[in-house]
Amino acid sequence: MSKFFVSSSVHLKSEVTTRKIMLDVIIALCPAVIASGIFFGLSAVMLIAVCVLSCVLAEYICRKLMKRENTIDDLSAVVTGILLAFNLPPTINPLIAVVGSVVAIVVVKQMFGGLGQNFVNPALTARIVLMVSFPTAMTTWVKPFFYNNTADAVSSATPLVAASNSGVMPSYLEMFLGTRAGCLGETCAIALIIGGVYLVFKKVISPIIPLTFIATVFILSYLFGSDPVYAILSGGVMLGAIFMATDYVTSPLTTSGKVIFALGCGLITVLIREFGSLPEGVSFSIVIMNILVPHIEKITTPRSFGKEKKNAKNEG
Amino acid sequence: MRFPKKPFRSHGGANVVHRKNTKDMESVVMPTPEEVVIPMIQHIGAACVPVVKKGDEVKIGQIIGDTDKFMSAPIHSSISGTVTKIDEIRLPNAQSVQAVTIKSDGKSEVYEGIKPPKVENKDDLIKAVRASGLVGLGGAGFPAHVKLNIPDGKKVDTMIVNLAECEPYITTDYREAIENSWEVMSGIYAIKEILGIDRVIIAVEDNKPEAVKILTDIAENESSDADDRVKVLKLKSKYPQGAEKVTIKVCTNRVVPQGKLPLDVGCLVMNVTSVAFLATYLKTGMPLINKRITLDGSAIQYPKNIIVPIGTKIKDIVEFAGGYKEKPKKIIMGGPMMGIALIDDQTPVLKQNNAILAFNEKDAKLMEPTACIRCGKCVSSCPMNLMPTMLEKYSQAEDVEGLKKYDIMACMECGCCAYNCPAKRNLVQSIRMGKALVRKSQ
Repeated sequence: MSKFFVSSSVHLKSEVTTRKIMLDVIIALCPAVIASGIFFGLSAVMLIAVCVLSCVLAEYICRKLMKRENTIDDLSAVVTGILLAFNLPPTINPLIAVVGSVVAIVVVKQMFGGLGQNFVNPALTARIVLMVSFPTAMTTWVKPFFYNNTADAVSSATPLVAASNSGVMPSYLEMFLGTRAGCLGETCAIALIIGGVYLVFKKVISPIIPLTFIATVFILSYLFGSDPVYAILSGGVMLGAIFMATDYVTSPLTTSGKVIFALGCGLITVLIREFGSLPEGVSFSIVIMNILVPHIEKITTPRSFGKEKKNAKNEG
Repeated sequence: MRFPKKPFRSHGGANVVHRKNTKDMESVVMPTPEEVVIPMIQHIGAACVPVVKKGDEVKIGQIIGDTDKFMSAPIHSSISGTVTKIDEIRLPNAQSVQAVTIKSDGKSEVYEGIKPPKVENKDDLIKAVRASGLVGLGGAGFPAHVKLNIPDGKKVDTMIVNLAECEPYITTDYREAIENSWEVMSGIYAIKEILGIDRVIIAVEDNKPEAVKILTDIAENESSDADDRVKVLKLKSKYPQGAEKVTIKVCTNRVVPQGKLPLDVGCLVMNVTSVAFLATYLKTGMPLINKRITLDGSAIQYPKNIIVPIGTKIKDIVEFAGGYKEKPKKIIMGGPMMGIALIDDQTPVLKQNNAILAFNEKDAKLMEPTACIRCGKCVSSCPMNLMPTMLEKYSQAEDVEGLKKYDIMACMECGCCAYNCPAKRNLVQSIRMGKALVRKSQ
């Protein structure tokens, strides 16, 4: 035995860890958490807490039962919890949120092998499961600041529902600030954008997916004759483009793959909105594109430096 | 020919820490050690055969190992004394090789045959370079006479003098440029004249402004370069700017095709210390017997740049420099990105070594790998435009077809992927194992 540690190079690694990346995502989500607390009250913050706690607990118990190493300290379950809460109506029964957490962590993430192995976004898949299982609860919306009203929660349609029913629409400014009905974390565009800029600045995400996604929705909505500004500020486009479609695990590794992925997300979102029976299509579009990621990666594998083009063709 | 005003783009790379702690430390010369162990292979290519035997008296600069194989370089005694042993030792890269052990007689006598070579044309130069024992001093150890022997019909228009020194800690090339600037320049002019090279680019990372200044000043005022064909190019400090193919890309925008050599794109890349050594050799005829190394790391009491006789044991160098500060737990020959971890400190210094790093327990232990989160940092940082995470998966699955499809053999093991990986995965190690699988299958 050698008295020294012997290992393969490299002998020096950067300070960045999975935990630090997840912590940055949590920091980036904070403006939207605060906005949801302002608009939808303490119960919204409680709902986020319920989701985070149930996600972390689900991960802990699940790993324990599977006799695997405990991984809650990588903070990925916390991120999933916050994102799941962001995708729920603010006044939903917390027990439904717990069901969502278990679906996200146990079924979607751990059953496929844990962090890095799930092929669809856990929070979005859980949202879809809840929408199918609890359709009324998942589509009961409240107006912001409803808690100031003396009457019980005032139910309200989301702008997209209002638009499809020709109801009264909020102004651009209201849409931008988030003083409109909608899922807990998706309404405040400015808070989500601040979070996104932070993530790009910290080099956690590349801006390719959010920009391509949002631009695609903007242009296609315009071509279909909808108001493009409304299109990108309404529904879950900002939340989806900045925080859900950029999920490392379920988006392509290659730069060109990211562009194709985000174009697909934008396209499917607009198609569902314009032609589908549902008012919103962000969740479905991202999950559908998640499933296509291995194929996108296959066609966008980069040509290695110094490899001649004709060789690459021969191999295909 | 025109010179680029700023470097061209290259793919990937990593913003590694610099830790050039020894950059302002003037080199100190280590006194002759009691004993040196000189391995018969210190280059890429064929091993030399000892031409001395046990009991022989040798002097400084005397040939002790040689071969008639083309891809090789002779090996000289670095001290004067008696050959006490010729036996098999294991090099840091696990290669077994014969080594000549010489016990110093304390007289430091120079071999009588040492005299400056006569160099008038290319053939003279190649012959002289071979006799000098020069190999690529940047770390690769490619025999220099092979590199300079440009075949007829191939035209090299650009010589790149590599002073990127992109590995953390190492400052030996930098010290060479500062302490021996005139030798560097005179070596450049000699090669340029004899080989008829159109332009010379001295490639320096921009974290070495003093070297940029000194070399630019000389290049601009030197009358040997009347038509102004030598220029310094400041590169971004981004590892691995000094990797040959990357250096060529950023200096000339030319891409060396896989399996081809720099001369296929008209380039000759020489390490700065190699060039300066050549100038000294042409003047004195003293072959390659000393090497400057950077001694650093958290377990070293006094980090230093030291000029040591080739074959000096690491243990002796550390003792000379003031010993260990803490119990060393990992010793690396070379830089922390591509260097080799040693099993003991009896290993001798080779021609192509440029650093000895010793780390304490805290730095020696790297964080345990966790699950890959597919962040893509390995893909975006790969200078060869590969997908390291896919290579790791195929390597673990022992899927040779998959490894070939993702072009595993193009990997140069620079370590950008593993450095940047937030999950701390041992990507380089997995890729090395994958390469072995591919080689075995062929």
